Amino acid sequence: MNTIIQFASKLIKNLATNTANDIHKFHGGVHPDGHKYESTTRPIAQLPIPQTLTLPLRQHVGYIPKLKVKVGDYVLKGEMLAEAEGTVSAAIHAPTSGTITAIEEAVIPHPSGLPDMCVTLTPDGKDQWKPLTPIDWKNTAHSELISSLRTSGIVGLGGATFPTHIKLRKDRSSAIHTLIINAAECEPYITCDDMLMRERAEEIIQGIAIAQHLLGAAKVVIGIEDNKPEATQAMAGASQSLTNAVVTTVPTLYPSGDARRLIHLLLGVEVPHHKRSTEVGIQVFNVATVLAIYRYFAFGEPSVSRIVTVTGNVTTPQNFEVLLGTPIPLLMAAAGGAKPDTTHFVMGGPMMGFDLPTLNVPVTKAANCIIAASPALFAPPPPAQPCIRCTRCADACPVNLQPQELYWFAKSDNFEKARDYNLFDCIECGCCTYVCPSNIPLVQYYRYAKSEIIALDKAQEAADLARERNDFRLARIEREKLERAQKHAERAASAKNNEAKPELAETEKTTSNPDAVEAKKAAIAAAVERAKALKLAAANIDAAKTGTDLPVQAESTPDNTLPNIAEAKPDATTSATNEAQAKADKQALIAAAIERAKAQKLAAAQTGATPKNTENLSAKVKAEIDEIEAIRTKAQQMIKSKAPD
Amino acid sequence: MLLTSIYVMLGLALVLGALLGIAALLFKVEGDPVVARIDAILPQTQCGQCGYPGCKPYATAIANGEADINQCPPGGDAGVHALADLLGVEYKPLNAEHGLPKPKSVAFIDEATCIGCTLCIQACPVDAILGAAKHMHTIIASECTGCELCLAPCPVDCISMVALAETPDNWKWKYPVFPIKALPVDSGKVPS
Ligand code: SF4
Ligand code: SF4
Ligand code: SF4
Ligand code: SF4
Repeated sequence: MNTIIQFASKLIKNLATNTANDIHKFHGGVHPDGHKYESTTRPIAQLPIPQTLTLPLRQHVGYIPKLKVKVGDYVLKGEMLAEAEGTVSAAIHAPTSGTITAIEEAVIPHPSGLPDMCVTLTPDGKDQWKPLTPIDWKNTAHSELISSLRTSGIVGLGGATFPTHIKLRKDRSSAIHTLIINAAECEPYITCDDMLMRERAEEIIQGIAIAQHLLGAAKVVIGIEDNKPEATQAMAGASQSLTNAVVTTVPTLYPSGDARRLIHLLLGVEVPHHKRSTEVGIQVFNVATVLAIYRYFAFGEPSVSRIVTVTGNVTTPQNFEVLLGTPIPLLMAAAGGAKPDTTHFVMGGPMMGFDLPTLNVPVTKAANCIIAASPALFAPPPPAQPCIRCTRCADACPVNLQPQELYWFAKSDNFEKARDYNLFDCIECGCCTYVCPSNIPLVQYYRYAKSEIIALDKAQEAADLARERNDFRLARIEREKLERAQKHAERAASAKNNEAKPELAETEKTTSNPDAVEAKKAAIAAAVERAKALKLAAANIDAAKTGTDLPVQAESTPDNTLPNIAEAKPDATTSATNEAQAKADKQALIAAAIERAKAQKLAAAQTGATPKNTENLSAKVKAEIDEIEAIRTKAQQMIKSKAPD
Repeated sequence: MLLTSIYVMLGLALVLGALLGIAALLFKVEGDPVVARIDAILPQTQCGQCGYPGCKPYATAIANGEADINQCPPGGDAGVHALADLLGVEYKPLNAEHGLPKPKSVAFIDEATCIGCTLCIQACPVDAILGAAKHMHTIIASECTGCELCLAPCPVDCISMVALAETPDNWKWKYPVFPIKALPVDSGKVPS
């Protein structure tokens, strides 16, 4: 009997694997309304070149790229505007030909609504490419391809915007065996990947071939949610040319498009939470990203445009291929404009996106979807109620977290506990918020807690650095003290050895130090005067010619600063803005300073007037004193010559 | 019977005592752990506002019971709370005598005015100032703790404190707040 049952179950299992792809369901997940249909009825449209393009330098995860252009430069389409700096960084390119008209801070599409550095390009309408060089990726060394890709500006276009060249590097310990193409697009409303697959499956597949080649992955799995039959069909048809590739449909369940969830769905592999998927030999790419890779290698085109879904409360929801930097209001207009009851705009999806601080921001590499929101589409949530510990959130959490606990800790600023409960594994998918019967905006609490923890960590790092540097400094001072004492002892000893008057050596040792200090003080006092005079003169010059360049810089040698001031003075004095009051003040100040310096010098001379002290002054200090002397006479002359006017 | 048990106990005591002695030697704790733990909480601004020449001396003073826990303005209220937790004493609000918490800022040298006297270098507790005698000096902003110790010695007053601006890089999500409004709400937020 048992054997029969075993045989039967084996048979069923075999049948299952043979007929359908294994789908390994992940924990939790929710079924929000898809709203995909609205924007898939029209093909991807090209938007005309706008009047201006604003390109934020911060469009990707990692370091800000280094600017390579200046205002007034004429650039061709695809020319590099800013170059990747550091490992994790990506270049920015001119989306069309034109002139750089501004490099300044402007509001960027970021939840903070804060301005950031942007390059503004005014297109000339010719849309002329720079000379493009396709790359024969099949016969080029891997490292060369990667460094070339570094200049392409391609980043993850699914929204994560992680620089792609890093994901394709080969220097990691474990080789990649499986390449997963993320085409799940699980977030409601967004359809840019769907439309891309329907219309450009061939190109995507070629991009996959390149990525597979670069990674050396034996297997390719393309995961598509089962709500996109057209895309699945197109991809399945095109993927015949790939070796060892399968197109797998996964059930529509949010958030199947999260990389770790998708890996689990397709391969049944749970990537440990402290590891990256590459550590278990899996790499994930978004379809739009591989398409960009293809365009780069096949035509030499860097990342200058992307597909954006414009949907929600607009007249004609549609996908658009737009140049990066296109103002979003233009996109809205192209989609028929937002309906009058629109309250705000969301970038990204309704689950993971954020409210745009203003519509007047440009399209960036991260902008996969812009949704016009209205109370009808997104009803304002009823007021939050206390948590009733129903644990529905825990049932919905795809990461197997305890959202109710995290909420508790985040709410009470108990950050250490929140971290212990793996707050940083939370992907901010919003499933918990979606199911919470108390309408608690859980994700907002997690975001708050995360950014607080990150800030605290940074502060701790800075404190540790400061502690280390302070310790080092104290140790150094201690060491220097010891060394000095040692030197003195040595000198005293050698003086004794040279049977020179030992008492003298002794007295020298005790007197030389205060003398040197005095001399130094005098030198500083003199320098102070000089700087004060300089500051005043500078202030005058500033007052005289506001808006022009800075006053004369204090150069390394003071000798050339004074003549400069003297030269600059006529400017200041001739100008009518010079008030008599300020002049009198200045003169009084300078005179006082000179008085002070004189007194100080006198004091210094008195205490150190014995011949053995001047012997003992180092050549440097002497030179310093001479120099100051010279400056002082010059300053006096200056005052004299200035007195008449 | 009685004797054997006494012997056994005695033997055990000796063996365990020896073990403890060895362990004490093997796992000897260097320095004063309490001072180190207090020091770990202090913000390391090294500003001296607490009345001690640095965070470590203040930590030592707290450990010795010479100083109160509420004398460090850069540490703020959170710092006092952490110290109170660590030491098992009552929280008390910051002592305003020692100054008030300020937003984090870094020093900035007006390089046109600097005379290169090196006085600020000597004052900086974390060596965050770069320069050579009679050459202009500059602050390594990433290493400046904002202690303001270099302001006073500068003979030409060319150092100023610049508050750190909020950028998209250091911007933080705010604690969720819900404005109470009469229905219908016209600027409702998306559940995200
Ligand atoms: S779903 Fe909401 S009410 Fe239920 S346990 Fe989670 S946070 Fe609390
Ligand atoms: S937002 Fe975080 S806690 Fe909530 S369901 Fe998603 S992963 Fe879990
Ligand atoms: S007041 Fe300044 S020196 Fe004292 S503990 Fe706080 S940061 Fe350190
Ligand atoms: S103390 Fe002032 S003048 Fe002297 S080196 Fe520092 S910044 Fe320059």
